[in-house]
Amino acid sequence: MSDFPFLSVLTVAPLVGALVVAVLPRRRPELAKQVALGWSLLVLALSVVMWVTWQTGGDRFQFRESYPWIPNWGVNFTFAADGIALVMLMLIALLVPLVILASWHDAESSKRSVPVYFALLLVLECTMIGVFAAADVFLFYVFFEIMLVPMYFLIGSYGGHQRQYAAVKFFLYSLVGGLFMLAAVIGLWVVGGKTFDWAALSEVDISTGAERWLFLGFFIAFAIKAPFFPFHTWLPDAGGAAPAGAAALLVGVLDKVGTFGLLRYCLPLFPDAAKWFAPWALALGVIGIIYAALLAIGQNDLKRLVSYTSIAHFGFIGVGIFAFTSQAATGAVLYMVNHGLATGLLFLVVGMLVARRGSALISDFGGAGKLVPLLAGVLFFAGLASLALPGTAPFISEFLVLIGTFSVNKPVAVIATLGVILAAAYVLWMVQRTTQGTLNPALTEVEGMKRDLNLREKVVVAPLVALILLLGFYPKPVTDVINPAVQATMQDIGKTDPAPSAGTPQEASR
Amino acid sequence: MSELKLPSIDYAALAPTLILLGAALVGVLVEAFVPRRLRHVVQLAVALLAVLGALTMVVLNANDRLVTIGGAIAIDGPALFLQGAILVLAAMALLLIGERTVERGGAFVAQAAVTAESADDRRQAEGAPGLTEVYPLISFAVSGMLIFVAANDLLTMFIALEVLSLPLYLLCALARRRRLLSQEAAMKYFLLGAYASAFFLFGVALVYGFTAGTPDRAAGVDFATIHAAVAESSSSSVLLFGGMALIAIGLLFKAGAAPFHVWTPDVYQGAPTPITGFMAACTKVAAFGALLRVFHVAFEGARWDFTPVLGVVAVLTMLVGAVLAVTQTDIKRLLAYSSIANAGYLLVGVLAPTSEGVSGTMFYLVAYGFSVLAAFAVVTLVRDADGEATHLSRWAGLGQRSPFYAGLFTFVLLAFAGIPATSGFTSKFAVFSAAFDGGQGWLVIAGVLTSMVLAFPYLRVVVLMWLSEPGESTPAVVMPGWLTSAALTVGVVATLVLGVFPQPLLDLAAGAAEFVR
Repeated sequence: MSDFPFLSVLTVAPLVGALVVAVLPRRRPELAKQVALGWSLLVLALSVVMWVTWQTGGDRFQFRESYPWIPNWGVNFTFAADGIALVMLMLIALLVPLVILASWHDAESSKRSVPVYFALLLVLECTMIGVFAAADVFLFYVFFEIMLVPMYFLIGSYGGHQRQYAAVKFFLYSLVGGLFMLAAVIGLWVVGGKTFDWAALSEVDISTGAERWLFLGFFIAFAIKAPFFPFHTWLPDAGGAAPAGAAALLVGVLDKVGTFGLLRYCLPLFPDAAKWFAPWALALGVIGIIYAALLAIGQNDLKRLVSYTSIAHFGFIGVGIFAFTSQAATGAVLYMVNHGLATGLLFLVVGMLVARRGSALISDFGGAGKLVPLLAGVLFFAGLASLALPGTAPFISEFLVLIGTFSVNKPVAVIATLGVILAAAYVLWMVQRTTQGTLNPALTEVEGMKRDLNLREKVVVAPLVALILLLGFYPKPVTDVINPAVQATMQDIGKTDPAPSAGTPQEASR
Repeated sequence: MSELKLPSIDYAALAPTLILLGAALVGVLVEAFVPRRLRHVVQLAVALLAVLGALTMVVLNANDRLVTIGGAIAIDGPALFLQGAILVLAAMALLLIGERTVERGGAFVAQAAVTAESADDRRQAEGAPGLTEVYPLISFAVSGMLIFVAANDLLTMFIALEVLSLPLYLLCALARRRRLLSQEAAMKYFLLGAYASAFFLFGVALVYGFTAGTPDRAAGVDFATIHAAVAESSSSSVLLFGGMALIAIGLLFKAGAAPFHVWTPDVYQGAPTPITGFMAACTKVAAFGALLRVFHVAFEGARWDFTPVLGVVAVLTMLVGAVLAVTQTDIKRLLAYSSIANAGYLLVGVLAPTSEGVSGTMFYLVAYGFSVLAAFAVVTLVRDADGEATHLSRWAGLGQRSPFYAGLFTFVLLAFAGIPATSGFTSKFAVFSAAFDGGQGWLVIAGVLTSMVLAFPYLRVVVLMWLSEPGESTPAVVMPGWLTSAALTVGVVATLVLGVFPQPLLDLAAGAAEFVR
């Protein structure tokens, strides 16, 4: 069964689905939605089979496939997944059907074609799967760039207020990063002996100067994508303007390409440069945690608020990656998954709330829990997961990042921990101002606020709530897959964990 | 004094050029003898058949590597590849030129000599059948281009330059509407072009003087002699550098590189749109073909002297094209500045001192030619009662009026911006990787930085078409006739195929990258 070309089929399948959906008649939007949902469920089923087929404790890279593409440049369609990529692929396959289901009526409010909206979602899924499945740097770059196009149209054509501005800003920021990476990709190709194969490139010795420049090219692209402070300003605009479903994918998955890229490309390919730049990256991460949390507290727009919380979370992931301990790195990868679940849920729930009220401004709410108790409850739960309450999945990842960092870099860990407090502030204030307290009389006059979660919406939130709880208590299935890949990445950069030395004589004598 | 001997002539190798020259002469006769109502069809058929016939001969000659007519013409890999490219792109351009259903009477004026903006002029704009002398002029221009990329000495190159330029000056003046703009464009192009030709000729003279300085060798302007003289370099380098600079000015003018680019936006805007497409695709191929030959064959030995200077020109070209494209409000001017920036990227490829540089540049030329012709094909379709609506504000909301054509145009714009899965990406990769490999990393950095700037104007058009609401004045797209449809289809399909499966053309270019001397 492991001979089955999982990754290429998984990449191509959504694209085929998108073409099918796009040619469906515009007058029958229901059909388009059903086909899109069915197709994404098929992809999910396939990825579940892949998860089952994965051999824990087997090779670092599994499901490897390679077909020649442009032999003149040594470019191949090479797909392979390590544990990190596998969990991200699972996250995509899970989120896309939920997003399709949650966006059931989103496209109707705009004047644009409904089938095209769902076709774009499937194209986006294709490119997201491709970018995580690629094991050829050129192929990775191709998916990395094409990914912008469907997202650009999702934001620009179906978004809310200021969608044009947000879409263009998103596209230009990402393109700028991508072009820096293109220069680095070409440089890597020349230094690496005209091959794009990841495995071959990771063996190449690069001179110190060249390595630093190449690292920087990749790092800027990933830092914009993730986004890290100070490259983050596009995210609140894009997240605020995008339709809720697309925003959930944008923040939940698309941005993870940045942190994934750091782990897969920046660290193993340029280990010495990564160590040299690590203090700077840690500083950016820490600034991001605090700065974005403070900005989140000040937001009056729900979607922008959630976007800012994500920037803070990406700061945590960045710190976890550049602490160079396997605990912190495992925490960072786990954070990528959990953040996808928690923030994905938060965005979807906020989207439901905004769709009912017709406004994303916090001041337009107040006491909404009295009208829609179930929805308010889910919002509260998503908020708690987002602030990493023990018992929810993000807690484990945040804790791992913090203790992993503490063992090597105490000041960073201590400052980052302050971010946990700020997280409590922005989440609880947000929940309090929207769903608690006295009922805003204007709310009772809004027709939408009289309906609590319907069956479709319950189906959307239930799996996410269940997974957040499950992984909060029993993360082992995921960590088992992640751990070998993280260990291998740490070996690539030649870092071993410090021995547990607290209280030993060596420690005292230092 | 030895007996004067006639040089041997390989007629088969020259056949493509001869066929087109013949077709041009036949075209002149057609004007004289064929009744007016049949002329358009006959002329189009003659020109298209000639181009296709010439293309067939190029394919048959594909393995030739020779120098003929006493060293005046070199038929080698780059010459054949570029001749093939010019012919394919010219065939596409001819389809656009022959279109007569989009606008009654075609895109060309019926009587060029009528005073612009007069009552007669307005009457003829209403649908009198356009001039058919266009076709012989195109044939002449294409034949000049075919010699231009194969010329093996500077004088042949100069004559080819004139043969390709003079018809273009005329063609620019023949737009059916906005006659003043069109005439102004032709005038500017002619005057500046004449200066550029003079520069070129003066450069040839200086280089001749340089070669005369080598003691045991006859002076000459063929590339082998120049190459040898540069290698010995015993004589004054002032003559060499002066000559090289003046020749470069002449060629860079045709290529539309800064600071010799100022004619480009005006001419692109004023010329009839099919002719603009023809110039953007075919003239570019010819000009860069000549640049490749001059700098990779004749002056190869002075590489370390000219590379920094031309590098600065390349950077300046990319910068000027990208930055000024941002402020444009007319789609044809925007595409003109974009073509200037692309000339900069092409120069990056020219400056890569390897055969990958040559093949990368040739690949870029073909890929860009297809895309730019497709882009101008769409421009011909967006029109109202007064002709083409080229002001960008008129394009607002086009995506809702005509999603199909707006989609095609968006795809072409993404190709210009270098998004993967389009030929724009693979061709940029081809030249940038060659330049990086050849130690010209700074040009790659400049190219990448300007690409960021250049993405903005393209994106602005995409935003206008898709994300803005259609205004009162947004015209719908006119249904194209089959000629335009064919050209548009070929252009878009080529842009996609060269982006996804570039391997066959890359192989072809790599196999054709060696010059003969």
